[in-house]
Amino acid sequence: MAYSDKVLDHYNHPRNVGSFDKNSTEVGTGLVGAPECGDVMKLQIKVNPATNIIEDAKFKTFGCGSAIASSSLATEWVKGKTVDEALTIRNTDIVKELSLPPVKIHCSVLAEDAIRAAIGDWKKKNGQHSQPQPQAQPVEQRA
Amino acid sequence: MSTNVISGNGNKDVKLPIYMDNHATTRTDPRVVEEMLPYFTEKFGNAASRNHEFGWVAEQAVEQARERIAKLIGATSKEIIFTSGATESNNLAIKGVAEMYKEKGNHIITQAIEHKAVLDTCKRLEKYGFRVTYLPVQKDGRIDLDDLKRAMDDKTILVTIMTANNEIGALQPIREIGALCHERGVLFHTDAVQAIGKVPFNVIQDNVDLASLTAHKLYGPKGVGALYVRRKNPRVQLVAQIDGGGHERGMRSGTLNVPGIVGFGKACAIASEGMAEEAVKLAALRDRLKDAIMGQLDEVYINGSVEHRLPGNLNISFAYVEGESLLMGINDIAVSSGSACTSATLEPSYVLKGLGAGDDLAHSSIRFGIGRFNTQAEVDYVAERVVDTVKRLRELSPLYEMAKEGIDLTKVQWAAEPTH
Repeated sequence: MAYSDKVLDHYNHPRNVGSFDKNSTEVGTGLVGAPECGDVMKLQIKVNPATNIIEDAKFKTFGCGSAIASSSLATEWVKGKTVDEALTIRNTDIVKELSLPPVKIHCSVLAEDAIRAAIGDWKKKNGQHSQPQPQAQPVEQRA
Repeated sequence: MSTNVISGNGNKDVKLPIYMDNHATTRTDPRVVEEMLPYFTEKFGNAASRNHEFGWVAEQAVEQARERIAKLIGATSKEIIFTSGATESNNLAIKGVAEMYKEKGNHIITQAIEHKAVLDTCKRLEKYGFRVTYLPVQKDGRIDLDDLKRAMDDKTILVTIMTANNEIGALQPIREIGALCHERGVLFHTDAVQAIGKVPFNVIQDNVDLASLTAHKLYGPKGVGALYVRRKNPRVQLVAQIDGGGHERGMRSGTLNVPGIVGFGKACAIASEGMAEEAVKLAALRDRLKDAIMGQLDEVYINGSVEHRLPGNLNISFAYVEGESLLMGINDIAVSSGSACTSATLEPSYVLKGLGAGDDLAHSSIRFGIGRFNTQAEVDYVAERVVDTVKRLRELSPLYEMAKEGIDLTKVQWAAEPTH
């Protein structure tokens, strides 16, 4: 299968790779997908409490090139937006930007879910009401 | 496709892209092509034309090829039936036996990690009232002979178990399977396409009654295969699945692909001569690749038996890295992955799932198929590229990070994927 130039660019030069301290109150973490399904995305946002603006974002993704590109793009897009603005990002926008073929649409859905899960986590930490979000939680059992 | 020459490990140059997917198909050996060419041009006759020189020349070439193929597998030439490839051979063997022996019984035994050409043929027969047992495989990809014994009953007419698996290269204990079948008066068919010309295979010693073969897996052309059908002890009969002019002893009608058959014969002749030596070379290259990868990366797992394995096969799961993303990172190397993303069905490899490896490791698997034309410099280049790419993708992987933090990934309650 041929990948679009934008997917290749994000795959070869992923933006905002990394992690924030997930215990910080400024940080919201979204972890979506499952290893058995072949994709897991972790997307984190760092929010300015005074302005509700997402000042920074990081991601890590286990998945195909399109999944990596979708989450890399998502971190670029959420930065500089308020959390409410970030919630308006739709998976279809990601599909369009990256020219994803139909078999890769689920990658964009997962990226949208990751944004929502990260914002949901941040809102929960900061006592704001939010809809429950699909999110994987590491059970506190450490090997 | 653009090709260029770059400097690999050491001072040897490797030409890109590198082909290391020799279980999918192989490059036709130039010696094979050379032998085929006249049969497209001046020797173009139909092997079934009995009344003129053109037909005789073609027929003679077909008979020489039949001898060469038979010799490689310890058969006689009258036991070789030409087909269009192994998919057709598998269909003919299984459906042909089922139809011929249906009065005797309606039970067929196969196993979980057969090629789809066998599994789907068996599924079709189930619709027609046959009973099929799909034996599980053990962690090493081989069946348990006790499972086979238990599965056999007085209605069993056929056991069909592959010689070598196309994904993990695992060699089944076919000699023991064949002996068990002969003890019980059950026919034994084996899909031998991956094994022929790679490991010793002899229909007499291995107690095989029917064997599916194809040319393009052993450096012959695509579109030509054969079915070995035993003629004595026991004499196997088949109901033809294609009706027509009664070619191939009435078992497979259709004008013979003479150039393809000539190439198939030549490929077998080359294999008969050089197989033992080539197997040593391929196993050494395979082990070099394995050692280079495993020496530089942790949490890398070999899928399938290490001991009972095709010499050129290496199937590895790279934990925490998804297969398609790895292929994307090594895009100047042609290999395959068991990842769902690379399959038409979006399901991870049923072969790897059959080993009980877990879907996550199936998603992370890469199959390397080393063949006659691969070099040590290529192996070194591939190892270097794979190691670099896995390291890079692990830095991107939330699973690797979690595992390093000490989180047991099997205990995490993953969110259900919304699209499933």
